[in-house]
Amino acid sequence: MHALLTAAAIAYVLSSAGAIAHLYLRRDVFLQASTALLPIGILLQLVWIGESWIRLGHFPVYNLPETVTVLSCILAGVYLGFGFYIRMPVLGVFSTTLTAVLSLVASVRPTTPPVADVKVFKSFWVFFHVVSVFVGEAFFALACGIGIMYLIQESGIKNKQRGFFFSRMPSLEALDSSGYACIVVGFTLLTVGLVTGFVYAKMTWGHFLSWDPKEVWSVITWILYAVLIHERLAVGWRGRKSAIMAIVGFGVVLFTFLGVNFLLEGHHGGFTRF
Amino acid sequence: MIDIVVLGLNHKTADISIRECLAFSPVQTEDALDRFRSVDVMDEVVMLSTCNRVELILASHDPDAATDAARRCLSEWKAVEIERFASALYNHRNDEAVRHVFRVASSLDSMVVGEPQILGQLKHAYRLATEKKTSGVVLNRLMHRAFSVAKRVRTETGIGDHAVSISYAAIELAKKIFGSLEGKNVLLIGAGEMAELAVEHLIRNRCGDIRVANRTLKRAMELAQRFQGQAVGLEEISESLVRADIVISSTGASGLVVTRDQVRAVMRPRRNKPIFFIDIAVPRDIDPEIHKLPNAYVYDIDDLQGVVDENIQDRQKEAQKAERIIDEAVIQFRSWMESLEAVPTIVSIRQKIEAIADAEMQKTFHQQPHWTEADRQAVQRMTQALINKMLHEPTQYLRRNGAMGNLPAQLDVVRKLFHLDPE
Repeated sequence: MHALLTAAAIAYVLSSAGAIAHLYLRRDVFLQASTALLPIGILLQLVWIGESWIRLGHFPVYNLPETVTVLSCILAGVYLGFGFYIRMPVLGVFSTTLTAVLSLVASVRPTTPPVADVKVFKSFWVFFHVVSVFVGEAFFALACGIGIMYLIQESGIKNKQRGFFFSRMPSLEALDSSGYACIVVGFTLLTVGLVTGFVYAKMTWGHFLSWDPKEVWSVITWILYAVLIHERLAVGWRGRKSAIMAIVGFGVVLFTFLGVNFLLEGHHGGFTRF
Repeated sequence: MIDIVVLGLNHKTADISIRECLAFSPVQTEDALDRFRSVDVMDEVVMLSTCNRVELILASHDPDAATDAARRCLSEWKAVEIERFASALYNHRNDEAVRHVFRVASSLDSMVVGEPQILGQLKHAYRLATEKKTSGVVLNRLMHRAFSVAKRVRTETGIGDHAVSISYAAIELAKKIFGSLEGKNVLLIGAGEMAELAVEHLIRNRCGDIRVANRTLKRAMELAQRFQGQAVGLEEISESLVRADIVISSTGASGLVVTRDQVRAVMRPRRNKPIFFIDIAVPRDIDPEIHKLPNAYVYDIDDLQGVVDENIQDRQKEAQKAERIIDEAVIQFRSWMESLEAVPTIVSIRQKIEAIADAEMQKTFHQQPHWTEADRQAVQRMTQALINKMLHEPTQYLRRNGAMGNLPAQLDVVRKLFHLDPE
């Protein structure tokens, strides 16, 4: 079944190559190929997830290859759905490449059989908790990509040097508003994910918060995005500042997702075990 | 043998005084086409007349006579002596003529390279020719090829990508900041001519409210009325900045009209919405320091000129790519033209039929392994005789007709009938 992950990774890598080729050569075929490859990768990963779920008896988010597979699948799906909606082909370069990297990580590491207590996983709460957090994180990833695009486009206009990207990138307003939309959606889902996590923690361990580093950092992420949204609504924080915040925010998301597990200990630690 | 001829003059070969003498209105073009139809040596005619060019595209079996006749017609029609414009005329034949038509259609021969109007004008000219039935097989094909080449040039090169006038460059930049300009509020400070042009572009993009601020309120009111906007005094600028998205300034003032502090103060009530200043005044009206404020952008006349110069260079680079596309198309067209002669068509029909017969014979030989060599030769002889007999009349017909006019049309049908040009 591991071949499925490899095939999915190949599809994503090709999709990413297509997006990059489209950026340079501006031929529509590359974009079409890139977009067509995404659902193939998603489908392959879904089959793998379904198969693992049946084989293991729980949603496969126990170790790093599993979580990364689920995350890349969700990221590809979110980009496919949302990217189609906002029509920003350049965003594909960022999101397909990120998807490709994640899926490669998942495909080069063989899955290790679960050793710890898997009873905790056999609840639907886990599924909702993980999926809503991951979909939220996928939207934050898109917001980060859009933020990078904003900074590139804005610096071109500010320096009065319209280079390679000027005609390829959408307008500042379009970037700003779609970036903000991503953050709002991501924030909402992160909130739902955290709440379901707390409720499930209460049911399993008897307390909402056990000061596990991952929990703490998730709360920090949540606060960061809450501040960003609040400032925008209250004083109209937008443009460059907002773009930088979206990039920083995603950095914190990545740290929460990976860094915490490598650097700190906690009951979420197992999810990134090799 | 049919030749394609382009006879004409354009902005490069003739100045305006000659072009205006020879320009044809659409109605005059129709009359001229009616008249050309009665000239025997001109088999097919398309006439293109724009403010930058007057061109006759001809297909003729006697190109020299056709050229003379066309020249005479132009002179009589417009009552201008031939000597006055003869030196300005260019006279392209065959490949050169085809290339010229493709270049005109792709806007490589235009005064502003890459401008899109010419293709529409050429299409219109062709429509008139088809209505007047002066266009036939050769020019139909040429025109359709020209339109598809022009389309290829437009999609595969960036020739029409960027703005090449100041006011248009400003609009393009505004679109990169705001996306759609629909509903964006405009503040016009001063009333220069270039500013008016920019506002007209904005109105075409359905911008929102327009406010006009001017030193003399009377002029402001005149302009405001023209653009259906609102006139304000210069002292109301600060207040107007709160709502404005695009500010176009072109006063004759010697000092700054909008200062950095003024803009900084309005950013908060604006909730940091982006604001774009287009400063086309010399000396400048808008403090260049404003450009350093977040979400505020200032472009002055030099910046915009820089954009335009860069775009013109880009277009020239893209034009080279376009020339390669055209070279390719000219070669394709030449091979089609050559196929319109009788002999190559006769040869290709024969080859096609012989190939079919050969394939069928091989199949039959396989199914009849007991046939002797003599049997096989007999069948081969019979097949060859059949082909010769069956092709005899069509071959004679095509050969005879070679000297009888309208051969291209017939050859075209024959080639389609036998499917000799798979596309």
